[in-house]
Amino acid sequence: MTTTNHMNRRRFLGTTALAAGAASLGLARPAMAQSNLTVGFIYVGPKDDFGYNQSHAEGAAAVKAMEGVTVLEEENVPESQDVQNTMESMINFDGASLLFPTSFGYFNPHILEVAPNYPDVRFEHCGGLWAEGNPTNAGSYFGYIGMGQYLNGVTAGHATTTKKIGFVAAKPIPQVLNNINSFLLGARSVDPTITCQVIFTGEWSLAVKEAEATNALADQGCDVITCHVDGPKVVCETAAARGAFVCGYHADQTPLAGDMYLTGAEWNWASIYVDMVEKTMAGAPIDNFVRGGLADDFIKMSPLGPAVSDASRAQFEATKAEIIAGGFAAIKGPLNDNNGNLIVPAGQSILETDVAVESMGYLVEGVLGSVG
Amino acid sequence: MVPQNKAVGSPAALPVFPALMPRAEAVLIPLGALFAGFLAFSVFLMLVGKSPIEFFSLVWMGGFSSAFSWQNTLSRVAPLVFAALCVALPARLGLVVIGGEGAIVLGGLAAAVAGTAVVGLPAGLGMALMAIAGMGLGGAWIGAVGALRIKRGVNETISSLLMAYIAIALFNHFVEGPFRDPASLNKPSTLPLDASLRVGDMPFIAAHWGVMAGVIACVLCWILNERTTIGFAARIAGDNVRAAQVQGLPVAKLVIGFTALGGAFAGLAGYFEVAAIHGSANASLIAGYGYTGILVAFLARHNPLAILPVAVLFGGFEAAGGLIQRRMDLPDATILVFQGMVFIIILLSEALYGRLRIFQPAYWEAR
Amino acid sequence: MEPVEIGLWGVPLAILGGAIRASTPFIFVSLGECLTERSGRINLGLEGTLVFGAMSGYAIAFETGNPFIGVLAAAVAGAIFGLVHGWICKFKGVNDIAVGIAMMLFGMGLAFFFGKPYIQPQAPDLPAIPFGWWSDIPQVQAALQVNVLFIFGAVLAVLIAWMFKSTRIGLTIRVVGDSTDAARAMGINPDRVRLLSTAAGGALAGIGGAYLSLHYPGSWTEGVSSGQGLMAIALVIFARWNPINCFWAALLFGGAGALGPALQSVGISEGYYLFFAAPYVLTLILLIMTSSPDRAMQGAPLELSVTK
Repeated sequence: MTTTNHMNRRRFLGTTALAAGAASLGLARPAMAQSNLTVGFIYVGPKDDFGYNQSHAEGAAAVKAMEGVTVLEEENVPESQDVQNTMESMINFDGASLLFPTSFGYFNPHILEVAPNYPDVRFEHCGGLWAEGNPTNAGSYFGYIGMGQYLNGVTAGHATTTKKIGFVAAKPIPQVLNNINSFLLGARSVDPTITCQVIFTGEWSLAVKEAEATNALADQGCDVITCHVDGPKVVCETAAARGAFVCGYHADQTPLAGDMYLTGAEWNWASIYVDMVEKTMAGAPIDNFVRGGLADDFIKMSPLGPAVSDASRAQFEATKAEIIAGGFAAIKGPLNDNNGNLIVPAGQSILETDVAVESMGYLVEGVLGSVG
Repeated sequence: MVPQNKAVGSPAALPVFPALMPRAEAVLIPLGALFAGFLAFSVFLMLVGKSPIEFFSLVWMGGFSSAFSWQNTLSRVAPLVFAALCVALPARLGLVVIGGEGAIVLGGLAAAVAGTAVVGLPAGLGMALMAIAGMGLGGAWIGAVGALRIKRGVNETISSLLMAYIAIALFNHFVEGPFRDPASLNKPSTLPLDASLRVGDMPFIAAHWGVMAGVIACVLCWILNERTTIGFAARIAGDNVRAAQVQGLPVAKLVIGFTALGGAFAGLAGYFEVAAIHGSANASLIAGYGYTGILVAFLARHNPLAILPVAVLFGGFEAAGGLIQRRMDLPDATILVFQGMVFIIILLSEALYGRLRIFQPAYWEAR
Repeated sequence: MEPVEIGLWGVPLAILGGAIRASTPFIFVSLGECLTERSGRINLGLEGTLVFGAMSGYAIAFETGNPFIGVLAAAVAGAIFGLVHGWICKFKGVNDIAVGIAMMLFGMGLAFFFGKPYIQPQAPDLPAIPFGWWSDIPQVQAALQVNVLFIFGAVLAVLIAWMFKSTRIGLTIRVVGDSTDAARAMGINPDRVRLLSTAAGGALAGIGGAYLSLHYPGSWTEGVSSGQGLMAIALVIFARWNPINCFWAALLFGGAGALGPALQSVGISEGYYLFFAAPYVLTLILLIMTSSPDRAMQGAPLELSVTK
């Protein structure tokens, strides 16, 4: 009796400490050079949501500006049979040969099922955990945005007067937990007494719950608020209206929060997309497992707002330089989780590139809230 | 020419063609309404500056023109058919149940959880148990709606909708909590099904066995409705509850039975979505089939056999949605507007039954 | 001003604040549905009207720069939806519950279709009146920030209640709702009264929607409504078709919706999905308690199809 593959793959990844930075596992089949390329982008929500999908659309816009490239976009595609149909539709009807399905849930099982049927098409998935044994014409890419949230936390640490910061989160999955922890640790690098209150809305996009959560955070005294939901528009506007400072996420929300905006952790998909399109057109191989952070320009920080003090700016720039130089660890021992258990012993640390980050299941000490 | 007939009012005396007209009414009016709906939507498209011809040719292309299109269309048919049955069966009794979405997701959850419990049993038995689990929970959920209606007089439309919201909240709670697969980190899901428990495609047709199950279900429901005493009793109860009770018909049992059966079919849709498509239960199961199923049921006038072609038609429209979005630069909500318009015109056409003289025997006798 | 440490008081304060903030759409939709149902017709399509009102209010407010014109536009749009619903239901043989569902889908479809260009821009917000000026605690001030529409809704509830009890229009509507034959005998045209009531109901639902996009949560997205339109209809039955009860029930619902996040903020975070289901469970329980299989529900308009 065979067991399904993905459980084996995750254990495989965890135990054999593979990826480090922009590592590659196996080379893609050498592709033919193409002068005219049709590229498809698939979004799980609206592409002007001031958030996750917009960040990808901005990357797509950079590709549209390239010569000899036709860009197709489809939005509001659910993570179900629909995305398989969309991908096949783009391939069969529009002749796409490079696809960017951008939502996490598209990978398993959908890309894994469709990719083997179209060996000449390249499927680049955002956020997935490509591993040996997956189709070679598929690949995954992602950015180490946790460090962006760390830098958010640094500005938050300087800006807070109540020593309480807040986080509106969608679901307690590792990527989100990593952001929450990084946000708090960044603030604690300024003042170790700061605490972070987190409220989970349970949905990636539900305006009323996000507004309610933001208000609850403000009621509890949080005066700097950030979030990890698909569209941060509601959180940013509500927080600013309550007089709290705002740290952005996914994209630049300065227009929404005005002077209350400190900075934000943004994706910079344009650099990855342009690079991958160029490689495809030149027939060069693309690595199957692509990761990068600030240093690789996969993520960027929003311009600092007017409320950021000089001391804050100085620490921000210094930390940023440290991260770019490499080897910076936000999670350093001795560190407990918020239930008192030891997660990192003294002397050890977890780098942003460590694969253990992708399976994080704890909230560090100082975060008020539970994983469920 | 039609021979003159002295025996006015006696159907047997009419020649064949006009005698069929009252039956034809049941087909021609909905078809006419569908066509009118297409026309109205075409006007809408022209008002926003788009070409209706391009729209419908893309619908053809994306839904029905090639083997690949058909594959897309058929993949949507199974859940639509079952969701429609969840509306059509209670409608027999005059009830409007619109909470099928809740039964689908809970049925999928039950099936996924059962799937982890039956590891070790022979695959056929395991699959059957999973399907039964799905049908059981789905049936209980909508059956409760029926029970509330008959025992406490609670309006079933509102209660089924509230139950759907509650079902989705429960689903999320259990999938992300007690039944969560610890390895499903970034997308909380139940434990993945063993490969032997997955439902595969049928031979020759690139669609999974759920579609065949849907066809069989529709045929069985039609037989239930039209050829059994239970179905007949249900129709009487649907027309006039008091008369049915006076006749001694077990109205309460009929109501609970039919709503539970509808819910069981919705739960079966959840089973197939888990077993054939996703491999586990997670948030992707909440896909809105329940709501499109309402539309399919009404367009088919709650006739189980008519549900099949209508589901295929709507599956085709939705299959073409992506193409329309890309080629015509229209938002994905366009299909929703289209469905809404068609639905409204279909409902309007309900007023025409028995009113158009062309369908009445008397019209033809006068000739 | 510095937020004051309030600890567990955060929960009842959040419920109060949530009750005021989140109840306004419930107030308007339930008052509108109350009007419609008192005339003997049920309009399930108000969810679609609400969403379209949210979109049109936001769009017009953005284009004109004035949120009140946006609210007006939403009311007009809602009235049109109500008229369409009423006109279709006039015909014999048409299932008005099904029509409501169809209008819901249609309204939502149109709203999403035309609303695409308005997801990103920011429209001006509706002003709020600070009723908490007497307190030094900023959280209390924030909870008592009462939006003008809330006050308008409260006044409207009183007005409509008075209208039903003491005016000719109110009597006309009630007669039509209780007995079509009696109304005809009195020389009233029941179809016209129902049509106008449905239109008025739609207008109010449109205003409720505009509140969502122009104040709280204050943004137009496809997920701006979480089913308020549908819950408000259940609310009307629970409130026994009494406008004042509708107002209190709406407050109850707004408060229930704020329970989940408020509890998380004080550390109770197990099972938050179950707390989010609280408003729906509450509605269902209330509905069960107030329904009866034998008698028509007390206070129900006798011509209303759901209670026959």
